[in-house]
Amino acid sequence: MHEAFFTKGFLSLVLDRAKEAQASKITKISIIVGGLSGIVPECVELQFKIFSKNTIADKAEVTFQHLPARLRCRECDIAYSCDNFDLDCPRCGHRKIEILSGRECYVDSIEVE
Amino acid sequence: MTVKVLTIRADVLGANKEKAKRNKDRLDKHRVLAINVMSSPGAGKTSLIMQTINRLMPKTRIAVIEGDIASRIDADKIHQQQGVPVIQVNIPGGCHLDANMIEVALNSLTLEEIDLLLIENVGNLVCPAEFDLGEHKKVMLLSAPEGDDKPYKYPLMFTEADVLLLNKIDLLPYTDFNITAFIQSVTGLNASVKIFQVSCKNGEGLELWYSWIHAEVKRLKDTAVRR
Repeated sequence: MHEAFFTKGFLSLVLDRAKEAQASKITKISIIVGGLSGIVPECVELQFKIFSKNTIADKAEVTFQHLPARLRCRECDIAYSCDNFDLDCPRCGHRKIEILSGRECYVDSIEVE
Repeated sequence: MTVKVLTIRADVLGANKEKAKRNKDRLDKHRVLAINVMSSPGAGKTSLIMQTINRLMPKTRIAVIEGDIASRIDADKIHQQQGVPVIQVNIPGGCHLDANMIEVALNSLTLEEIDLLLIENVGNLVCPAEFDLGEHKKVMLLSAPEGDDKPYKYPLMFTEADVLLLNKIDLLPYTDFNITAFIQSVTGLNASVKIFQVSCKNGEGLELWYSWIHAEVKRLKDTAVRR
């Protein structure tokens, strides 16, 4: 729901890094999105087109790599992956979770000229 | 033109997290316990804050940061109670408070004169859970009329909360709310959450909430003294 905040955040981050590297253009931005991050890539792409205008990232391609969340079942103590907030344990069916990962959302790399 | 790949590996919300850490250090320095109060619109955040002020002031010195899309309605209402310092933060088009907004609001408060800072987040069961403000504790409310299925539909905030207040229990007889099923689903998502069943309308159950605040304020003061 807060993709505007998110998009402004990563745009400012990549513009800073590109400037440090004395690049004149950003051509590609690779983002890693955890399964529980709540980020909707389609919304980010749309926002990016708006916010990146008149910057050196204007024509950059934004790619998203989805990382499934990892959970631990507190009932039967197995670790499992989950997508789309489907949190139930695949072995016992309980929803007694400990979140091991999945909240992350970071810029992995950028390509610059 | 040479193409270079730059490895970044930086958290998109990293700037917010850094600022939240600075806010927390500042609050710790002045021994101010900060509580981030989150819920859907209308679940009772403002009523909880007003009840808490009435019960704990003046022994516990309270200030409030009030987050809303628009208006000063809640800030004015709260300030009328015992002249509590209130900072209104309006976020037109926004869906949550962030650490930067809190930093600015802290600049307008005299932290030496505060024991407890209640931060009323924007009414929203999704986004506020994503943004650290530098608070010590995250507290959420769910009101009985919203339904017992909310932990299934909006799981994230339930996983983040240190305390959950089930509010408007005076209305339970008029709803199909299943408390046992609700508690089971909440504790399934969050093993350590404390749950208080309360009514901010008639005060039922709130003494346990006040005791929890007292204990947390004391814990912070004691920690600070031991340093």
